[in-house]
Amino acid sequence: MKSVRFVAVLLAVLALASPALAAREFTDDAGRKVTLPDRIERVYAAGPPASVLVLALAPDKLIGWTRHFRDDESQWVPKKYAELPELGRLTGRGSTANVEVVLKEKPDVIVDVGSTRETYASLADRVQSQTGIPYVLLDGHLETTPAQLEKLASVLGVPERGKELSAYASRIMGELRDGIAAIPMDKRPTIYYARGPQGLQTGLGGSINVEAIELLGAKNVAGGERGGLTNVGLEQVVLWDPEVIVTNDPNFYRDVWKLPVWNSVSAVRSKRVYLSPHLPFGWFDFPPGANRLIGLIWLSDILYPGTFHHDLKREVARFYKLFYQQEPTAAQVDSLLAEPGVSPR
Amino acid sequence: MILPRTRFPAGIAIALVLLLVLVAWSFTVGRFAVATGDVIRVLWASLFGEESGLARNVDAIVLQVRAPRVAAALCVGAALAAAGAAYQNLFRNPLVSPDILGVSAGCALGAGLAVLASLPIEAIQAFAFVGGLIAVGLVVAIGTWIGGRDPILTLVLTGVVVGSLFGAGIALVKYVADPYNQLPAITFWLLGSFTGALPRDLPATLLPIALSVAALWLLRWRIDVLALSEDEAVSLGIDAKRLRIAIIVAATLSTASAVSLAGTIGWIGLLVPHAARMLTGAAFARLLPLSIVLGAGFMLAVDTACRTMFATEIPPGVVTAFVGTPVFIVLLAVAFRRSQ
Repeated sequence: MKSVRFVAVLLAVLALASPALAAREFTDDAGRKVTLPDRIERVYAAGPPASVLVLALAPDKLIGWTRHFRDDESQWVPKKYAELPELGRLTGRGSTANVEVVLKEKPDVIVDVGSTRETYASLADRVQSQTGIPYVLLDGHLETTPAQLEKLASVLGVPERGKELSAYASRIMGELRDGIAAIPMDKRPTIYYARGPQGLQTGLGGSINVEAIELLGAKNVAGGERGGLTNVGLEQVVLWDPEVIVTNDPNFYRDVWKLPVWNSVSAVRSKRVYLSPHLPFGWFDFPPGANRLIGLIWLSDILYPGTFHHDLKREVARFYKLFYQQEPTAAQVDSLLAEPGVSPR
Repeated sequence: MILPRTRFPAGIAIALVLLLVLVAWSFTVGRFAVATGDVIRVLWASLFGEESGLARNVDAIVLQVRAPRVAAALCVGAALAAAGAAYQNLFRNPLVSPDILGVSAGCALGAGLAVLASLPIEAIQAFAFVGGLIAVGLVVAIGTWIGGRDPILTLVLTGVVVGSLFGAGIALVKYVADPYNQLPAITFWLLGSFTGALPRDLPATLLPIALSVAALWLLRWRIDVLALSEDEAVSLGIDAKRLRIAIIVAATLSTASAVSLAGTIGWIGLLVPHAARMLTGAAFARLLPLSIVLGAGFMLAVDTACRTMFATEIPPGVVTAFVGTPVFIVLLAVAFRRSQ
């Protein structure tokens, strides 16, 4: 991993140092060697995690989104970016993009961030040979966010911006890790991630949906088994008896206080159920991209009250300015944090 | 193997006793260990409106989780089996299942649209129910409009066509759904599960099922006549067309409420009436009650396995298929070899 990063940085430096070099080679996280044009001005992000990264690093190079911004989402990014066209997504999980439409936009590079397994590597190879456009595939795990930022910045030719954002991400994750390392295991709460309208879908250990929990050292009650998303029974949740519940579904958040059976779960009795904000991108789970960084700060205060003393409003304003290119107004931040379930009771 | 008519009351009594044993067993097992004595205390106390004096979560497990789940599994199994039995007699075909007229596809599309709009669970269930009714309503309307000499064949063909249209609708909904959040929710819904069954869901499910089963029971003699041949039915003064619609309405109501609660669960509506027919013959007055008891028992056994085997749930539709396929093959072999 380190050597890949080193090579990437080296290549970026080389590319900058010698503008005469017409093309440069980049080894992506799937181990694919991709020849990139010297200057990259137009980027097609193949999935939402890649869109988030490009928006943060070089928004003017972004040629479109995988789907249109909805009205409530578009007020969080500058208008000219929110109004970019919808081009569809090209990831393995159900592509909606029409390759001809993508080609018509003449991207210099296609970027995807997520799984680097064989399925996705072969998909990248196929699209690249079909379109003749270099396709870069980067690992999308939460803990590699700083590396993603630097690597993608070197691809896009904005290494300075990459360093700035990568340093920010490293600092946040480092501070959280250091703070949490000092917390004894028995002070770390058990947490259940409730998805779906009934809150009965959850992420097993190692699933991309619960990376924030694992990174913050809390105990995912469903982490005993490894896998992806799954259905669980109410009885099992009562048995797990989590101390904290995090959900992304406002309907479930509303219901959880009303249903008698949830009332026998510790998290509900002690009012430690939280709803993750989702504007313009989710804070906790989806898309599984750099957007989750602000969620880490939010969740760390929920899991370990009184440990970090974050000024959440300031952190939100800062993160949004850095990654979404527009500092939200105080009223916007207030509205985000005032949604029921977002702020600790 | 077929039970003589005079022995039928004894046979159904035995089946009912077995079902009761199964219900009792299902109440006492689960991921959360509750002693059998405590289960009885909680149920006893709730019957007489007293406090059980046990921990709150024990009360909640028995009354809010297991009781509605057991009830839901029984109802859904009974509803699917009853609808299957009615359809198999109506269409004079033992290979017909309750979703032959597109009710499951309609329910699935309704539910998918509701998930797409991020509606709460009650709305998802309501959308599913209405979707199922719309699909079957379309089939009946189109089938009637087409007419033809063989109304049954017209109905079945229209059902296939409308079912695949709704299937395409589901595919479209999944395609436009957000792949990180809505798509998994739709997929899980389509797989079916009793995990979210709550006491508040039961009235809306129980009532239509009870009404349709009662209607089928009242029509039991006429259904038998209709199963012989349509001409015979007409000569006996039965309005075949009306009767057909009544059966379709009853079977659709019960299937749609079952599917909107538990998702699409295959095999029960096909396998159980088939097995019941082998045990008691095709006379609807005996086939219906036996199908109901067997369907309820099979569904409950499957769901109990689904919720107890692992920390995570197994989709009941998968278990019914894994259990149903070999059982069905054996039944077929027994029936066909005997008839040779």
